[in-house]
Amino acid sequence: MIIRRSPGIPYSQVTPKNVYLNRRRFLAGGAAALGMAAGIAPAAVKLNATVKSPFSTSEKQNSYQDVTHYNNFYEFGTSKDQPAKLASTLRTSPWTISIEGEVSKPRVFDVDAVMRMAPLEERIYRLRCVEAWSIVVPWIGFSLSTLLKQVEPTSKAKFVAFESLYDPKQMPAGKYAGIPLPYQEGLRLDEAMHPLALLCVGLYGEVLPNQNGAPVRLVVPWKYGFKSIKSIVKIRFTEKQPPATWNLSAPSEYGFYSNVNPEVDHPRWSQAKERRLGEFGKRNTLKFNGYGDQVASLYSGLDLRKSF
Amino acid sequence: MTIFSSKWSKVAVFSLSACPLLLLAWRGLRQDLGANPIEFITHATGDWTLRFLLITLSITPLRKLLNQPALVRFRRMLGLFAFFYGTLHLITYAWLDKFFDFADVWKDIVKRPFITAGFAGFVLMVPLAVTSTASWIRRLGGRRWRLLHRLIYACAVAGVVHYYWLVKSDVRMPLLYAGALVLLLLYRFGGWVGFSYPMWRRL
Repeated sequence: MIIRRSPGIPYSQVTPKNVYLNRRRFLAGGAAALGMAAGIAPAAVKLNATVKSPFSTSEKQNSYQDVTHYNNFYEFGTSKDQPAKLASTLRTSPWTISIEGEVSKPRVFDVDAVMRMAPLEERIYRLRCVEAWSIVVPWIGFSLSTLLKQVEPTSKAKFVAFESLYDPKQMPAGKYAGIPLPYQEGLRLDEAMHPLALLCVGLYGEVLPNQNGAPVRLVVPWKYGFKSIKSIVKIRFTEKQPPATWNLSAPSEYGFYSNVNPEVDHPRWSQAKERRLGEFGKRNTLKFNGYGDQVASLYSGLDLRKSF
Repeated sequence: MTIFSSKWSKVAVFSLSACPLLLLAWRGLRQDLGANPIEFITHATGDWTLRFLLITLSITPLRKLLNQPALVRFRRMLGLFAFFYGTLHLITYAWLDKFFDFADVWKDIVKRPFITAGFAGFVLMVPLAVTSTASWIRRLGGRRWRLLHRLIYACAVAGVVHYYWLVKSDVRMPLLYAGALVLLLLYRFGGWVGFSYPMWRRL
């Protein structure tokens, strides 16, 4: 006699307890947001990015699976597969971004208002990680400058500092990150105002998955990936060069600029080549990640070996 | 006569030791190695090299602590598995990372301390693997052979350093291996300086 075990219900289909306890609210509205907070995979919120950007590459895009399951997001663990598993604890709503410092009109923006600030564009960018792998992602968002102009930077503003959320309750793995948190990054004002610098709220036609830096992140495609800070809560205009997390933690390995540059090696590995995820061979890394035509002029007169 | 001296125990240990490779091959066939399979293979083979080095080093303490002298029968095989996984690790790097551009490999070895350490650890394993046979033990004589095979300590230290220098910021795993290695080395060190713990004297 064959005794079959009941197949049971897969864990993924079990309603999490807090969703069950709040089911009326869950039904009342905000189902997707609540679902995300509770860690169940919600039907992703679609974004309507009608504008196709001229900045987009025609290269083959990486799969949604790869882009959302191979992440560096140390607040949710230091291995690549952890953020996809652990980032469900991130609460992305309500969410505000405070913009302050050397500006005439400091403001706190609700992320929903940010998303309605400008028509959403789809921009297919290459992203080159400092670890010598790369991906091609159809991001959704608009130029960072659109947001920054709203607060009217003063003449003293020379740099823009960014800060990620760090809430140990939502990010318990953060204490093992080995880098100081909250995560900080910075750009020179002209870099931040460059039209390629993307304020990103989505990918593949939907809102950002938590592990990709929801609800709002930067994408600075000519710089190593760690410059593209995730889950931004604060933006500050400064007169002096602001601190940047990896630069603080290992200044000889990660410069403030961190422009993609095949000629300047990371002390521990060569940056001359990269592995595009999904490919067997390696590609030659392009200076400024192939965006040199647009951005090289920002650095004329700068010694890229010294200011790496 | 214990379970460790039975004829089948070696087959069992061999099969267990081959499992990481079989698992890796199985996941590879199912395309279940994540978004960056080559990195996955590199890390897996590297991890198992280090693990087998530490397992090999723990045989002697375990023999004494558990009073199971027969455990020594597995030591050579476990050491050779460390060498085997180390070889796979090196091949993965030289092939899938460098595509057998040996000039480039050499540049890495000279220039990048973590690769220098890893490569040194591998090179030191080669004479141990070669002289692992009974005829080499006879040829060298037990005393010289034992002296030569103390190189495994250097291999393990190089392996741990290689791992520690590779990691970007979260050093918990390399420190765990380092801690295990320190314990294993302390055990020997205690023996070499003639220090005997009361517990050991009983054994």
